[in-house]
Amino acid sequence: MADYTMHVLVCGGTGCKASQSELIKLNFQNRLSELGLSDEVQVVMTGCFGFCEKGPIVKILPDNTFYVHVTPEDVTELVEEHIVKGRKVERLLYVDPETQASVHDAKGMEFYKKQVRIALRNCGFINPENIDEYIARDGYAALGSCLLEKTPEETIRIIKDSGLRGRGGGGFPTGLKWEITRKSVSDQKYVVCNADEGDPGAFMDRSILEGDPHSVIEAMAICGYCIGADKGLVYIRAEYPLAVERLKIAIKQAREYGLLGEDIMGSGFNFDIEIRYGAGAFVCGEETALIHSMEGLRGEPTVKPPFPAESGYKGKPTNVNNVETFANIPPIINKGAGWFAAIGTEKSKGTKVFALAGKINNVGLIEVPMGTTLREVIYDIGGGIKDGREFKAVQTGGPSGGCLTKDFLDTPIDYDNLLAAGSMMGSGGMIVMDETDCMVSIAKFYLEFTLDESCGKCAPCRIGNKRLHEILERITEGNGTKEDLDRLRMLSTVIKDASLCGLGQTSPNPVLSTLDHFYDEYLAHVDSKTCPSGQCKALLKYTILEDKCTGCTLCFRNCPVGAISGEKRSPHYIDQSLCIKCGVCYEKCKFDAIIIG
Amino acid sequence: MPKIKLAEKAVDLIREICTKFNNDEGELINVLHQVQSKLGYLPAEVQEVIARELNISVAKVYGVVTFYSFFTMLPKGQHPISVCMGTACYVRGAEQVLSEIKRQLSIEVGETTPDGRFSLSCLRCVGACGLAPVVMVGEKVYGRVSPQQVHKIIAEYKEGCAAEAKTA
Ligand SMILES: Cc1cc2nc3c(=O)[nH]c(=O)nc-3n(C[C@H](O)[C@H](O)[C@H](O)COP(=O)(O)O)c2cc1C
Ligand code: SF4
Ligand code: FES
Repeated sequence: MADYTMHVLVCGGTGCKASQSELIKLNFQNRLSELGLSDEVQVVMTGCFGFCEKGPIVKILPDNTFYVHVTPEDVTELVEEHIVKGRKVERLLYVDPETQASVHDAKGMEFYKKQVRIALRNCGFINPENIDEYIARDGYAALGSCLLEKTPEETIRIIKDSGLRGRGGGGFPTGLKWEITRKSVSDQKYVVCNADEGDPGAFMDRSILEGDPHSVIEAMAICGYCIGADKGLVYIRAEYPLAVERLKIAIKQAREYGLLGEDIMGSGFNFDIEIRYGAGAFVCGEETALIHSMEGLRGEPTVKPPFPAESGYKGKPTNVNNVETFANIPPIINKGAGWFAAIGTEKSKGTKVFALAGKINNVGLIEVPMGTTLREVIYDIGGGIKDGREFKAVQTGGPSGGCLTKDFLDTPIDYDNLLAAGSMMGSGGMIVMDETDCMVSIAKFYLEFTLDESCGKCAPCRIGNKRLHEILERITEGNGTKEDLDRLRMLSTVIKDASLCGLGQTSPNPVLSTLDHFYDEYLAHVDSKTCPSGQCKALLKYTILEDKCTGCTLCFRNCPVGAISGEKRSPHYIDQSLCIKCGVCYEKCKFDAIIIG
Repeated sequence: MPKIKLAEKAVDLIREICTKFNNDEGELINVLHQVQSKLGYLPAEVQEVIARELNISVAKVYGVVTFYSFFTMLPKGQHPISVCMGTACYVRGAEQVLSEIKRQLSIEVGETTPDGRFSLSCLRCVGACGLAPVVMVGEKVYGRVSPQQVHKIIAEYKEGCAAEAKTA
């Protein structure tokens, strides 16, 4: 990298790629080579910068300029102005929404100020398809120091002391898990990386694999050394083509460099990694189901114990960790347990990556120290609620989690606080909702998901969730009763208690947490048959305001079911028994004479 | 489902894939992935060949195929449309986009138009939540889609300009 005087970093995350970032990179390369600058300016496609809302993003180093919403057509100007003449292209700079001033150095962006990047340390900085760039940023130094200077016990000690807990949702102490697997006696053990990422609306793990695959490979090798395994398996969703591709390239390069394979770094330690593909089943994120899926079976969970650490893949001791958990390992080894343990709260150390989405200004991928409050995440980093609307709730933990209200905005985020508040950390999905979102519908949405994804092995989950969903359906259609609300709660409790695996045990959480925090909204649906946020179509009522209606007959002519009647030039009215709530009249009316209520 | 007769070539291809995985039943999912990527879908006849090759029951193959949503027993349309129904897309109005597509193509999720041109499915988070709501046609991603834009997107594929679209 040393010869280049300038670097153009183009985001190659899934979101930016979908907005033609590949073409942007190509245009840069072509234009630079036309000008004979290819040897001075390097163009790199990196992993996700995290600021997906403003993509495609181009960053130019060394002056750290952050260009947003770049199009392939903008490239000529960027090359000629910025690179050749050294003048920043104002119109593409990020504009601070508060001050309305354009930001010239990415360091000045609120979005990044409160973030601490450990797991994402290389995402958006290096070319994930080039192992040299990873190595240049301390890559594989941790593996080297473990293999050559530390015993497995010493390494496990460091992980234990760091306080790292699993980032896949459960929060189990990672060092302890490694120790247990190490102590299991067997001729063969396995390291498994769980890259199934089932939470719909979250993309942390895929971004790490897309942006920094070597950090996961390195950590898996360290884990193998610690537990005494020579084989690693990455279970990844086949729907993540880019992540799969980059992982494959990374494994190949690591083998070429002798960082995977036999006698790594002359230490006598052997380790290699294979990829296994998921096929779109949420429950396969659960570790026992994942293992069955890797064995070529239906991905149905089995009762624990035995835990995978005792009997996992092919009946052998298996250590399963999440992608983000692994990505934290090399920096912990390099910088020490004390450094990591100094970040975060008493019982939750380090940072957590969240995929911030929903009704928020800055949708993206963020990493903050444990203990950061929801308010800081949503307002300082996330830039507040979209379109100046009111914050209503934030959902964490995906289909297993719950909704938190504004009363919890100042709660420091960590495993225990979120649990106590009736939600959970989960794998890091964070969906922000505003006053136009109906909480009953949200609960129904998640339940639809679990219903789809329940493996069907046990009755409470298979049948119970179906009944829950039916009740919610009834409520959103205006046929619910107050007894239904009690029924929801009772049934939820039974499902939680009686289901076999984590999916069933947590599936009623979205229902319970919305019942707890938004009971009034449920009541409105069943009592007065109204939906306060106006989302439940069946509960809407369109009416014509007599004093505003001019009798233009536009609505009358457009109503598909003939529910509107009235004389020309005199007020019309809607027959509610015929109305199908399609909203055409509301859209067509030029006089704002039709209201929804 | 109407019985179809597999072409000799297809049978050979399946055999070849199974052999590559040493006819190991533990590799069933990998075999299915590869066969589907070559043939487009996994009808009963294909499953029978796989079962024979791996020396397991057809019921077991069927059990696995139907368990995973990635595997399909129906052929996809020339231009498979997938609507992201992840949470981020849902709260930004994916449902309305989906119903508009259903209305315009007159098909339900999981179906293919009678002319074989379009099929419709839902998926969960394509990782482009910043562009929510997201619709994919083949491998092309459309972001910030509104119900009003649906017509235009579909029209792109109706006429001759299909060449632009890369199908999976
Ligand atoms: C229904 C269900 C879905 C899960 N999905 C995931 C997932 O997508 N990714 C993941 O890493 N862990 C998931 N888990 C947690 C895993 O079972 C397991 O605890 C985790 O992979 C262990 O790694 P960790 O200790 O590093 O977190 C899921 C658990 C359940 C019950
Ligand atoms: S709780 Fe649900 S997903 Fe888990 S084993 Fe039972 S049926 Fe399957
Ligand atoms: S939820 Fe649709 S792209 Fe993430």
